[in-house]
Amino acid sequence: MEIDWTDYDCDGFYDELLAARGEPRPEVDALAADIQALGGDELMARQLAAEVSIKEMGITFTVYSEEGGAIDRAWPFDVIPRVIPEREWRQVELGLKQRVQALNLFIDDLYHDQRIVKDKVFPKDVLAKSVNFRPQCVGIDPPFGIWAHICGSDLVRDADGTLYVLEDNLRVPSGVSYMLENRLVTKRVFPELFEHYAPLPVDDYPSQLFDTLASLSPRPAEYPEVVVLTPGIYNSAYFEHAYLAQQMGAELVEGRDLFVDDDDCCYMRTVDGPARVDVIYRRVDDLFLDPESFREDSALGVAGLMRAWKAGNVALANAPGAGVADDKVVYAFVPEIIKYYLDQAPIVPNVPTYRCMEPDALQYVLEHMAELVVKPANESGGYGMLVGPASTQAERDRMAAAIKKDPRNYIAQPTLKLSTVPTVIKDRLEPRHVDLRPFILSSDRQQVTMGGLTRVALRKGSLVVNSSQGGGSKDTWILPQDVASETYEQAQGETSQRQSQTASG
Amino acid sequence: MLSRVAENLYWLARYIERAENTARIVNVNANLLLDLPKGIAPGWKPLVDITGAHELFEEHYKDYGERQVMRFLLGDERHPGSILSALEAARENCRTIRDFVPREAWEQINGLTLYAREGLQKGLTKNGRHPYLRGLITSSQLINGLLDGTMLHDQGFEFLSLGRYIERADMTTRIADVHSAALLPDADEVRPYDNIQWVSVLKSLTAYQMYRRSTQIRVQRGPVLGFIFKSARFPRSLRWCIDHSRICLERLPRNEACLRVNGRLSRALDAAEPERFSQKDLHEFVDELQLGIGDLHQEIVQTWFPPLVSAGAA
Repeated sequence: MEIDWTDYDCDGFYDELLAARGEPRPEVDALAADIQALGGDELMARQLAAEVSIKEMGITFTVYSEEGGAIDRAWPFDVIPRVIPEREWRQVELGLKQRVQALNLFIDDLYHDQRIVKDKVFPKDVLAKSVNFRPQCVGIDPPFGIWAHICGSDLVRDADGTLYVLEDNLRVPSGVSYMLENRLVTKRVFPELFEHYAPLPVDDYPSQLFDTLASLSPRPAEYPEVVVLTPGIYNSAYFEHAYLAQQMGAELVEGRDLFVDDDDCCYMRTVDGPARVDVIYRRVDDLFLDPESFREDSALGVAGLMRAWKAGNVALANAPGAGVADDKVVYAFVPEIIKYYLDQAPIVPNVPTYRCMEPDALQYVLEHMAELVVKPANESGGYGMLVGPASTQAERDRMAAAIKKDPRNYIAQPTLKLSTVPTVIKDRLEPRHVDLRPFILSSDRQQVTMGGLTRVALRKGSLVVNSSQGGGSKDTWILPQDVASETYEQAQGETSQRQSQTASG
Repeated sequence: MLSRVAENLYWLARYIERAENTARIVNVNANLLLDLPKGIAPGWKPLVDITGAHELFEEHYKDYGERQVMRFLLGDERHPGSILSALEAARENCRTIRDFVPREAWEQINGLTLYAREGLQKGLTKNGRHPYLRGLITSSQLINGLLDGTMLHDQGFEFLSLGRYIERADMTTRIADVHSAALLPDADEVRPYDNIQWVSVLKSLTAYQMYRRSTQIRVQRGPVLGFIFKSARFPRSLRWCIDHSRICLERLPRNEACLRVNGRLSRALDAAEPERFSQKDLHEFVDELQLGIGDLHQEIVQTWFPPLVSAGAA
């Protein structure tokens, strides 16, 4: 089957590759031509090759079901990359650094003087009702005043082409391993395009992460003992925990591998006996971290860990309590938070958000629910939210009742027309909606992943990109300026001298 | 190295070795049965006896027919010792320690598990069996080779090797015991097919060719038992497994208790003369060895593996 971009219907959405039916965007038209030249059968073959690779490489995620328990599924992946020009990306990078810097200042303030509350910029009762505020953390000074060392912010592009931040994940954000694996798969299935377009590399991430974690060590050492703490094999992100530990050369530990001794230091059980641990990249939620301080029934955590952390004998990333800023109501205040701490305007905007706690906004939300997306403050993975245009009257009534009962717990946003990227559906390309999750690392310095994880809603028309609910992913290419103008096909057609230049450049 | 990781590596190796050994036994038995007249053929029951799972078998199956035994040994997930269960368990153990196992080896382990599952129906047919089992054996050897050739030979590798040798020692003693019992209730009575059956014992251990190379004596009970128990040069003999366990143990910290148990096992083997064993002697000796192997396993668990946590850990 021929690929013909004039058959590709953008349907009023912003498509990342095409400006309109039959018209590739100028920055990426060479790539669009190369994809077209491959043809539908070849694309389908490459898609199949990618799926085989993923199975062989054992890239999986875990889903829960009522009947089957935990199932380890192959990671759904689409071979057509999502492309962002480097020029645009550099701006986004600045915006993300700005945002996370402000959020860290905000968290540190909440656990100390609460100036932002005293100055009436952030409402007192929002803080009072926050389920992620941890009184156990008040007065603690983590290194560099940083609480959220690893942040995953979700970006979406609306119909007019603007990129917005949709939410910030500051607790235990996941997905970065898939970003890295997607890149390996793409290199395997599109070696020629990859070499030609040379998207900027993403594989620095594990060393950057190790560097970030090592900088938190209480004992000065070039290679402190860094461990990744996982809830275990049945966690949906277990693959990632193992992957990151492996890539960093850090131990992957479970709660039962660690213990805190009478000296308030944390140790792991090794073949040689107990060994002191300096930094824990924990992928266990706050409430399960330490049965002495939080949930007593937790078997995933380590008794006494908070004690060791408060004594400064072990570093925890992200710091317990960082989740206080990972709340969809707090999200709605981020522009004010940036202004308050940095005296700057946000570089990457928030999606316009109605805070149901405000009477006018509440009124508007209740009247326009069919057009809005309503989200509870503290759910993730797309659970518990209402997508107005796709909802029934009964669902809206239920949601309205829930909002009236606890307005502080809800926000609403206009239904965004999420941008699309061509996606292989059998032997054709069809538009599917995407978002983007870059990761921001913070310690004494900040680093942002080159691009991030592009998630794609594989069902036609669907806006839900979560892998637990039928989403897949794509490789994300940040294309350097100048490179993308000539197609691979053209480059192949020219003299051998020219080719060798391309290959070496 | 984390105690839990050491434990996972140990079990990873045990399960892969178990799957491979089971595949070998089944393959050889299938060939043997083709060579024997119906009246003499020991049938399929000895295979279940070797794995020591006849109670479980009888719970689920009415008789020891070929189809039933095949299903039980190759693909019955209710049987923790079936090839499929062993490989699934190996994969699960490996999944939790992916940072220690070279990626290529992990891909191979993952691929082998998929192969065992997806090819099972074909493997249960008479003409699909041989290629299926050959695939399993080759792939297990490939995993061993990848681990040997690409993994760090650090403490983790010692645990991996320990698991492999202990499982192999266990299986070798079982094969010697059960097979010879089924074959030769009565040593005086010479039957024309004995020779073939002893060849099959050797082949179950992939020892036939090596036996012929190391000794020119024709295949018969005494020398065969001598070879599979005491050959210092054959890597599936009990002697080899015990010697190499000792080498692994010597490289690990806090090894005194384990070395003591291993030494006892080694002396028991030194003192025995399997060539001269009667059926009863052999059986008692194998019992003694099995207990010794069990003790060694327990001692390893006690010394290096993490304490059991109370149930309920998610």
